[in-house]
Amino acid sequence: MTYFIDRRPNAKHKSAVNRQRFLERYRKHIKRSVEESVNRRSITDMERGEKISIPTKDISEPVFQHGQGGSRSIVAPGNKEFLEGDRIQRPKGQGGQGGGQGDASNQGEGMDEFAFTLSREEFLEFVFDGLELPHLQRKPLKSLDEVKMVRAGLSRDGVPSRISITRSMREAYARRIALRAPIRRALKKAQEALQAEERKDSVLRNPARIIELKAEIERLEKRLEAIPFIDTYDLRYHQLSAQPQPSSQAVIFCVMDVSGSMTQNHKDIAKRFFLLLYLFLEKHYEKVELVFVRHHTAAREVGEEEFFYSRETGGTIVSSALRLVDKIIEARYPPGKWNLYVAQASDGDNWDDDSDVCRELLLKKLMPQLQYFAYVEITPHEHQSLWQEYEAVAEVFSDRFAMRQIVEAGDIYPVFRELFKRRLSQRQ
Amino acid sequence: MNDKRRPIASGSDWNFAILQRFDTELACLADEYRLDTYPNQIEVITTEQMMDAYASVGMPVGYHHWSFGKQFLAVEQAYRRGQMGLAYELVINSDPCIAYLMEENTLMMQVLVMAHACYGHNSFFKGNYLFRAWTDAESIVDYLVFARKYIAQCEERHGVQAVEQLLDACHALQNYGVDRYKRPSPISAEEEIRRQDERETYLQTQVNMLWRTIPEPPRGDASLAGGMSPENDPLGLHATGRYPSEPQENLLYFIEKNAPLLAPWQREIVRIVRKLAQYFYPQRQTQVMNEGWACFWHYTLMNRLYDDGLVDEGLMLEFLQSHSAVIHQPDFDSPNFSGINPYALGFAIFTDIKRICVSPTEEDREWFPDMAGSSWRESVEFAMRNFKDESFIQQFLSPKVMRDLKLFLVVDDDQEETLEVGAIHNERGYRRVREALAMQYALSVREPNVQIVEADIRGDRSLTLHHVQDARRPLGRSVYPVMRHLHQLWGFPVRLDSFEAERVTRRYHWPIEGEEVQAGR
Repeated sequence: MTYFIDRRPNAKHKSAVNRQRFLERYRKHIKRSVEESVNRRSITDMERGEKISIPTKDISEPVFQHGQGGSRSIVAPGNKEFLEGDRIQRPKGQGGQGGGQGDASNQGEGMDEFAFTLSREEFLEFVFDGLELPHLQRKPLKSLDEVKMVRAGLSRDGVPSRISITRSMREAYARRIALRAPIRRALKKAQEALQAEERKDSVLRNPARIIELKAEIERLEKRLEAIPFIDTYDLRYHQLSAQPQPSSQAVIFCVMDVSGSMTQNHKDIAKRFFLLLYLFLEKHYEKVELVFVRHHTAAREVGEEEFFYSRETGGTIVSSALRLVDKIIEARYPPGKWNLYVAQASDGDNWDDDSDVCRELLLKKLMPQLQYFAYVEITPHEHQSLWQEYEAVAEVFSDRFAMRQIVEAGDIYPVFRELFKRRLSQRQ
Repeated sequence: MNDKRRPIASGSDWNFAILQRFDTELACLADEYRLDTYPNQIEVITTEQMMDAYASVGMPVGYHHWSFGKQFLAVEQAYRRGQMGLAYELVINSDPCIAYLMEENTLMMQVLVMAHACYGHNSFFKGNYLFRAWTDAESIVDYLVFARKYIAQCEERHGVQAVEQLLDACHALQNYGVDRYKRPSPISAEEEIRRQDERETYLQTQVNMLWRTIPEPPRGDASLAGGMSPENDPLGLHATGRYPSEPQENLLYFIEKNAPLLAPWQREIVRIVRKLAQYFYPQRQTQVMNEGWACFWHYTLMNRLYDDGLVDEGLMLEFLQSHSAVIHQPDFDSPNFSGINPYALGFAIFTDIKRICVSPTEEDREWFPDMAGSSWRESVEFAMRNFKDESFIQQFLSPKVMRDLKLFLVVDDDQEETLEVGAIHNERGYRRVREALAMQYALSVREPNVQIVEADIRGDRSLTLHHVQDARRPLGRSVYPVMRHLHQLWGFPVRLDSFEAERVTRRYHWPIEGEEVQAGR
C-alpha cells in the first residue's frame, strides 16, 4: 500500500529557527569575522552578505573519540602492488589514511573552517551589534534651503515662453462665442426682416426700410468681423510656484586625525562611526557622497583606503581640516543643493592655541551651513582644550551638534541618538 | 519477453499518475520476491525542503537546537557552491515508511528511488533484528512530535539557554545512550526483559535508594566495599558496597536515573535524547547492510521492470549509469577515496551471496558449504534479518569480493616507523582481512569503550568512569569538553581513568583543579 503526498506547497524554512539559534550561539565568532570584513570593505559596500568562517574546533560537538596513537588496523580497497609484510612510509600530515571510519566530523572532510553565508540583514545586524540601533526607516529629513519650481495651475500673466496654447485657445473660443452671440442674433433678425420686406408685394415694399436694414446688416457683419480671433485677455500662462524642496543628496565629510597618537584600533572604531552615519543617511537621501579629510598638522583630501589605512606621524592642528572642509563645501557642495554632514573623529589632541580657532570656524562658518556635526573623541583619558571649545559650540547649536567620548565601539550609537530623535519628533 | 515492450512512460518527465503506476508494478514485483514492507508514504518535496530534512538528520519533526542550524548552514553552503549534490531520497524508519523524493529528479530517478527506498530500505527496517529490537517504527513520529512539544514547553518555562545547554550535554553523550555491549536476546525475550527493566526503573525512582539520607545498617565486611578501614568509619557509613554494582555502559540512562540534582524536566529531556539515540542506534550499525540491501533490490527490481518491458532502453541506460556511480569504489590511492563505500561493499556482498547460491564454485563450497546451492532468496533474507555490519561482514564477505575489491590490511602502529601491510587478498590473508574489516565496523572499535564504574554516593558524590583502550588507542582531545558536559549533568566531580591492559595510563578530571590529590585516591 502506498500513499503519495505532494509536500511541495508546505512551508519551507523549517530550519529558520535552528539557523537563528546557531547564529546567536556563535555571535562572538561571527562578530569577529564580520568585524574583519568591515575593516576590509569600503564604507559604501555594506549592501551584501558575507561569507563567514569559524574554526571547526570551536563549534564542534564533542563526543568521546579515539585520539592519535596506538595501533590501528585499516582495510582499504584497490591494492595494486603490496604483498603481505610490505612496509609503507607513513603518509605525511595525517595519522594514517583515516580509513573512512571514526571520522567524526561530518562536514566537509577534514576542513578546518566551518564556512557559511550570512544574508545582508544578518550581516548588518552583526555590524551594529551592541549599538542598539533603532529601525532605520526612510523618514522625511527636511532642509528648506533648496527650492524647486513646480507647476501650480494657470495664471493670466506670465512670460510668452510659458503660454498654454490649448488653454489660451479655449479661452479665446469661449470669448468669441460669447461676444458673437448677441450680434449674430441681431444679424439674423435683421436678415429675416429684410427677407420679409423683400418678399412683400412691390407695392407694399418700403424702400427706406430695406436700405435701413441693409445698412444694419452691414454694420453687424462688420462688428462680427471685428471680434478678434485671440485677445490678450484670452492668454493663459502656466504658473510656476517656488516650493521648498528637501534636497535628495547629502555629503558626509569624514574628518579624522591621523597623527601618530591614533592607533589602528582608534581608526577601526572611527570607521564604525563613519559607517553608521553613512548607513543612516543612505536611507534618507537618494545620493550620499563621502569626502575623506585627514589631517595632522595639515589637512588633505584622500581616498577611503588611504584614509583608514595609512599612518602618519606628527602633531595635530584640527583647524586645518575644518578649513579644508569649508573650502570643499564652497567649491563643490553648495549648501542649497546638498545636505552637509560632518563627522569628526579624533583622540582629542590639538595644538593648544588652535582649539579656539576651531570654535570660531565652526560657529561662524561651518555650523550655519551644516545639517549636523558629530564629533567623537576616542580616548579613555581626560579631555583637552578641543573638547572644551567644542562644548561651547554645542551650547549654541544644541540640536545640530553632537559630541561624545568613546572608549569602545559600543559607545558610538548614542552620538547619533540625538540625530534620530530629532528627526522622529520632526516627523510628527 | 522483451519483444513486446510497452513502457509505462518514457522521457524524463513524471507526474503522480505515472509514479502511481510504477509503484503498483514495483509492489507487484516486491510481492513476487516476498519482500515484507511497511506501507509506503511517498512525499514529493523541493530542494529547500530536502535541505531542511537533511538538517534535522532525517527526522520528519525535530526539536530546535543550534546544531541542526549548523548542519543546515553546512548543507546549504555546500549545495549552493556545487560541492555537493543532495541525495535523491531520504527514507525514515517509520510505519508507514516515509520516503522523500525530490521534485527535480528525473522519471528514472523517481522509479529508482522508489525501488531503493520504498522497497529496499523499507523491508530492511521491517526485517533486520536490530531495528526490530531497538526501534518502534509505529510510534516514532508520535514520539518526535511529543519530544518537540515537550522541549518547546521547557524552553518557554526554563529559558532557551538552559534547555540548550542541557541538550548540548546530552548530545555529547548520545552515542552512549544504549546498552551496546550486551548482545540483544531474541525478540520475544527482549521484549520481556525490557518490560522488566522498566518495572525496575519504576521501583528505582520510587525508592530512590541512591540518595536516601538515612543510612542502612552495615552489611558484610566494610573494608571490602568502600576502601575505608573500620577505624575511619566506625559507624559503617561507607559499607553498603559500590554503586552501581556493575559497570554501566549506558551513560545517559545512568544519568537520567541517578544524577542527583537534575530536575524532573531535565531528566525527561535526557530521556528524549536517549530514546532518539536508541532509535538511530541500529542505523549506525547497519549502514553497509542497509545500503547494500537497498542497492541489491533496486538493481533486481529495475532489471525486472526492464525484462517485463515496462521501461524503455533509454531509462535503463540512465539507470545503469546512475547505479554504477552509486556503487563505485575508488581505490585507496585515488583522490576521490574517502573510505570504503558502504553501497559498494554491501551491494557486492549481497550480489555475491546470490551468486554463491545460484552458481557456486569449488571455493564457495569450501567457504560457504551451507549456502552454496541453496535458495538465494532465502539466503539473502537470512543475511538481512539476523546480522549487523560487523557480523555480516565476518559471515558473508567471500574471497571473491575481497579479490574484486582488492582489499588489503594496513597496520598503523605508532610504535613502528612505517605502516605494515598485514594481509592481502590471497589464500593466507582472506581470513585476516575479513576479520579486520569486520572489526572496523564494530562499534566497540569505532567508538571508545567508556563505562561508569562508580558513583561515590556516600562520599563526595563523584562519578568515576573507566575507558578501556582498544589497541592502545588513547582518547581524543574532545575528552575534556565531554567531561565538562558530563559534569554539568552529574553536578559533582567526574573522573575518567583510561586503562590499557589493566593499567591506568591516563586520568582525567573535571573540574580540573586539585588533580594530583584526587589522582591518588
